[in-house]
Amino acid sequence: MGWEISSVARRFLLPVLELLAVLFLVSLGVFLLLSLVPGDPAVAVLGEGRTPAEYDALREQLGLNDPLMTRYADWLGGVLNGDLGTSLVPPQTAVLDRIASALPVSLELAVLGLVMALAMALPLAMWSAYHQGGRADRAIGAVTFALLSMPSFLIGLILIAVLVNSLGIFPRNEWVRPGDGLAGNLSHAFLPALTIALMEAAMFTRILRNDLVTTLHEDFILAARARGMSPLRVMVSDALRPSSFSLVTVLGLSIGRLVGSTVIVEYLFALPGMGKLVIDAANQGNYPVVQGAVLVIAVIYVGSNALIDRSYGLLDPRTRRARA
Amino acid sequence: MSTPLLEVVDLRTVFHTTRGDVRAVDGVSFSLMAGETLGLVGESGSGKSVLGRSVMGLITNGATTTVSGQVLLEGTDVHALKPSARRKLWGPAVAMVFQDPMTSLNPVKRVGTHLTETLRRHLRCSRSEATERAVDLLRQVGIPEPARRLAQYPHELSGGMRQRVVIATALACDPRLLIADEPTTALDVTVQKQILDLLGSLVAERNMAMLLVSHDLGAVAGRTDRVQVMYAGRTVESGETRPVFAAPEHPYTEALLASIPQLSHPPHTVLRAIEGNPPDMARPPAGCRFAPRCGRVGEDCTDVLPMLSVVLGPSQREGRREVACHHPVLTDPVLTEELGHGR
Amino acid sequence: MLAPEPVIVRRRDTRAVLLVTGLLLLAAGSALAVWASGTTVLVTLVRMLVLVAGILAAIAGLGRLARAARGKPVDVVFWLAMAWLVLILGAAALAPWLPLGNHDDSVAGLTAPIFAPPGGLGADHPLGTNNYGLDVLARAVFGARTSILVALLAVLIGTVVGGLVGMVSGFVRGTTDRVVGVLSNALLAVPPLILLIALGTVLDPSIRSIAFALSLLTIPSMVRLARANTITVAQREYVLAARALGANRMRLLLREVLPNVVLPVLSLAVVMISVLVVAEASLSFLGIGIEQPTPTWGNMIAEGQGGVMEENPFIVVVPGICLFLTVFSFNLLGERAQKRWDPRSAKL
Repeated sequence: MGWEISSVARRFLLPVLELLAVLFLVSLGVFLLLSLVPGDPAVAVLGEGRTPAEYDALREQLGLNDPLMTRYADWLGGVLNGDLGTSLVPPQTAVLDRIASALPVSLELAVLGLVMALAMALPLAMWSAYHQGGRADRAIGAVTFALLSMPSFLIGLILIAVLVNSLGIFPRNEWVRPGDGLAGNLSHAFLPALTIALMEAAMFTRILRNDLVTTLHEDFILAARARGMSPLRVMVSDALRPSSFSLVTVLGLSIGRLVGSTVIVEYLFALPGMGKLVIDAANQGNYPVVQGAVLVIAVIYVGSNALIDRSYGLLDPRTRRARA
Repeated sequence: MSTPLLEVVDLRTVFHTTRGDVRAVDGVSFSLMAGETLGLVGESGSGKSVLGRSVMGLITNGATTTVSGQVLLEGTDVHALKPSARRKLWGPAVAMVFQDPMTSLNPVKRVGTHLTETLRRHLRCSRSEATERAVDLLRQVGIPEPARRLAQYPHELSGGMRQRVVIATALACDPRLLIADEPTTALDVTVQKQILDLLGSLVAERNMAMLLVSHDLGAVAGRTDRVQVMYAGRTVESGETRPVFAAPEHPYTEALLASIPQLSHPPHTVLRAIEGNPPDMARPPAGCRFAPRCGRVGEDCTDVLPMLSVVLGPSQREGRREVACHHPVLTDPVLTEELGHGR
Repeated sequence: MLAPEPVIVRRRDTRAVLLVTGLLLLAAGSALAVWASGTTVLVTLVRMLVLVAGILAAIAGLGRLARAARGKPVDVVFWLAMAWLVLILGAAALAPWLPLGNHDDSVAGLTAPIFAPPGGLGADHPLGTNNYGLDVLARAVFGARTSILVALLAVLIGTVVGGLVGMVSGFVRGTTDRVVGVLSNALLAVPPLILLIALGTVLDPSIRSIAFALSLLTIPSMVRLARANTITVAQREYVLAARALGANRMRLLLREVLPNVVLPVLSLAVVMISVLVVAEASLSFLGIGIEQPTPTWGNMIAEGQGGVMEENPFIVVVPGICLFLTVFSFNLLGERAQKRWDPRSAKL
């Protein structure tokens, strides 16, 4: 009995505790960091030229006169009750509402970008690995390496210069919510998502191609060929799955990069997502919004990485029994 | 004499590497009748596995490989076929059992999938028919509870069981020729005999021809009709199994046999390992490939490459025997017939 | 690999053939590239494609020439990249002493033409001026100075701190190790750019504080790498034996562990430089990093927004190419270093 409990604790409780510790540290870090914002929040809200009494009253109202730890406890209590505070800068709405309207935009971009990246990377990687050392392989290798050296804002600017300004294919600088017409939404989301996707696609292609090359030298690939399976079938049905472990690991890291490029793309294309929310708030010293947004992003990020850690079992039956 | 099921004529497989051209198979010929079992014997690195794969067409002409000569499987040249046509042969006409069952089954695929996908690819049968046949195949190779095994993954089975699965997949489409590439090397000694017996009985039941590639003379001895001894990509001796092993003509065959421990030997008999290593196949010696390691080496051996020739001697009563040696063990060669192949 | 391919007959190109085709390719490629960069006949997309094709042809030509000279294939791209690194690092280091135009004095810029097009070598403004009349070439060079200085400083801090913490944590294990693990996980729990933006809210936009903020990005991965390598070394038998005999731990750490950790960590550091150059550029592009008029490649590229890029492409193209080439070169160098000194991490 005792052994079972301790093994269960090791397997499930410890990771969960560590996850909670990480999130606690993140919230503490975010709070402390932004409490050090230079300048007086009261001035930021009311503007200059009010009486000291007015500033003081607001400070009292915002709880800025309390000790730091009290303020953190209040804030964390609010967060746990779903209250992330109120924006300092007009419109003084709840931070949660701001995030609720910005998050779907970013999520759509990120998911669309990820899907597009995978849609590009899978066939390219398979083609590249199939013709290992050949012309196509080397060309794909060179292009993806060059893409990895290109910051996403540069890719975005090039795409805008070519596709929007020169060819006039895509609209720019607007956002249509999916509710107002899916076609319009997609045509506006396409270019930003492509910007996000290109760099990730380059990364995925390289990782998957290298693992595929290793897998293709395995005996079971030769055995599958010897059963008369077509090259495409061998690639998709035999080689792909055992080759995707590194890809999945990288997927976790890439979500972090994805958030970054989403921020840049939203700024570049003036889209009302989390990135724009955070950057505007950062420029205005609107710290409750920054705190709330960073916390939400961190929770999503940590959560998706934890999910990815759990997904190895789906890919490899050998690890299943160990985890079950 | 009817036409052979498989006829290999002067097969050469050359790999173009950065070190130069590696002649892994260097002019090998043999033929195989339906129902016949041929043993292909040699040290590791003697080119037997490459030969097996070249016969099947798994190794064929490519950017880094040149295969020349002919492999006639039921009259069609395997290497002259289009890739798609060649793939149609793999399963129904010829199938392969690989060396290591730990690596030759896909770790992320269920046992059943290995079988059913092969069946459905070649026999175009429905899912349920394929499953039914798969259960039947697993039963034939002696796997208990076959229906349950179908849903298991390879790592859940023991090595011997896995090799039985590999054999079942190879047999799925009733091939006329089975190429078994070191089928027991990776297995425990106790399991080796079971697998060999299984292969033997399956071959007999189905009147299949089998090419048994092995470095294990013991495995080949009792279970093959004929044997062909390979050294450095070339055939050095071939003939009916029993007489070849009873009275080897080629010094290399003799040395191989002498390196096996035998129960009849008194205790503490020193085994005679063959000194030295097989030659670098990118730069083979000019004369006989075995000359640098041979105890009977003469002057001509280092200059002139011996051809495979029919030997007449005391052992000649027991079927046709061919040896490529200037100084055979039992008899001085009475060369009656210089064979056209094997330069 | 799976499908049979036609036999490739390897033609042994003679030196003369290589020389001639190499020269032709180089000349034709460069001519094409120069023409494409100057012409106004073609649409942007086509121009870009022609430009890239010209450059690739020129590089292929150079490759043939090098092969003819050396007698064996030469990795021209790698050497070109290294040449670029030497050039840009040299220019960045010597920037104040180079005869460059006005890079940050916007008052003096009032008298200069604004958006002057690139004049080429020998002109007052070889690469043109921006909307404050500041010289783009001078800004690109001083931008390199800022961008690379920030990245190097950050990598230095990150490598030293991360490497040491990782080594100690991997050597001592136990509670220290666990605490370090949770702390670095907490740092990794915030996506890099978001962390930078949050830091940017607080810190003043000086080189020192941006370098500090960027170094926070490198620390967790440095800790992980150093820790993993330390654990491998510490489990080797001679180290275990020395520990069992009561050897001085500090001495063991310095004599046995450090030499085995340095090379992988340094390889990662090279890769990190390019990551940080990109991060700094992104931050400055977003207007949170280093502020105008101090030039960095990021804020120079940001100048192209709002219709400027369409009229005066060189405003974006000059810093964009500098940024790309620098990141590309550091990536190439880092990849080579990792392949040689840290094969486990060399995944890309």
